[in-house]
Amino acid sequence: MSDQSLESHATDVAPGDEGEGRVRTRILGYVVGLGLAIVLTATSFFIVGTDLVWQPSIPVAIVVLAIAQMGVHLVFFLHITTGPDNTNNVLALAFGVLIVILVIGGSLWIMANLNANMMPMDQIMQMQR
Amino acid sequence: MATAAVAHADPHQLRGLAAAAEHAGPAPKRIVTAYGFWIFLLSDIIMFSCFFAAYAVLSGQTDGGPKGSELFDLRSVTAETGCLLLSSFTCGLASIAADERETTLFQLAMALTCALGLAFLSLELREFATLVARGAGPSRSAFLSSFFTLVGCHGLHVSAGVLWLLTMMAQVTAKGFRADIRRRIVCFALFWHALDIIWVAVFSVVYLLGAGQ
Repeated sequence: MSDQSLESHATDVAPGDEGEGRVRTRILGYVVGLGLAIVLTATSFFIVGTDLVWQPSIPVAIVVLAIAQMGVHLVFFLHITTGPDNTNNVLALAFGVLIVILVIGGSLWIMANLNANMMPMDQIMQMQR
Repeated sequence: MATAAVAHADPHQLRGLAAAAEHAGPAPKRIVTAYGFWIFLLSDIIMFSCFFAAYAVLSGQTDGGPKGSELFDLRSVTAETGCLLLSSFTCGLASIAADERETTLFQLAMALTCALGLAFLSLELREFATLVARGAGPSRSAFLSSFFTLVGCHGLHVSAGVLWLLTMMAQVTAKGFRADIRRRIVCFALFWHALDIIWVAVFSVVYLLGAGQ
């Protein structure tokens, strides 16, 4: 019991912890998260199969919806918030996101550059002859 | 007896909250454990980002073979997504039940999570088997190699998660909601929710963007 009270008054919050809260509000949090996630997922599956949206905008829309849904998962399921007691978790997450952006963005950038600068395949074949 | 209980609940001899507030000592073990596991999860996500980068670079290299839009069955992907989303929800219910020490509710929610995870895995295995049977196995083209690596790696994580889930159910049955068992439940919940986040990236980047190509 004293274990519990010590935790709820401590200055840090573990990732996934929600601090104090009635069971009902905690369940409500998961319900809201699930609802938002379902709406976002349904939207992205819907816009792929429809002609109602301007076609070139679809990839951007899918990426934006995916990022939004990851945010929903982080907030409602993993309970990563902007509160002062959550700074460590958010900093670790920010570093992870930085590395992810560097790896994916960097790879795409470099490979697209190489691709653009490479001679077309038939010309390479010609030279090897 | 009382001193033993205090020593157990207060491993760093903080002797109550007043002392703890004066000099903030080491954080409780639950926070340290979960934070360490959070770091592991982030490094796992960085590993996935390498697979995503490889897939993004290679997704056009079909070597004259089938493209993603010819292979992917979006209805099956929708069902897989539904399974994982719902399992994340039931996993959240299980962690609430663990905090409230409701054994029956916990086991029920974990069993539901397990069933949904297994449903996801069977759908994914069926998809892989169909692809291989159509001659679109991992050795067909660079695109398919990176596809099977990325999606298969997520599937392996889900399989490991299901095994972990079953051991957690067994541990709660055998040992009850001890402090160390509850720390493991927190870590498991983090793992399961993180897998769901990775799946969001998988279905958006691989299936939805692939279907439009």
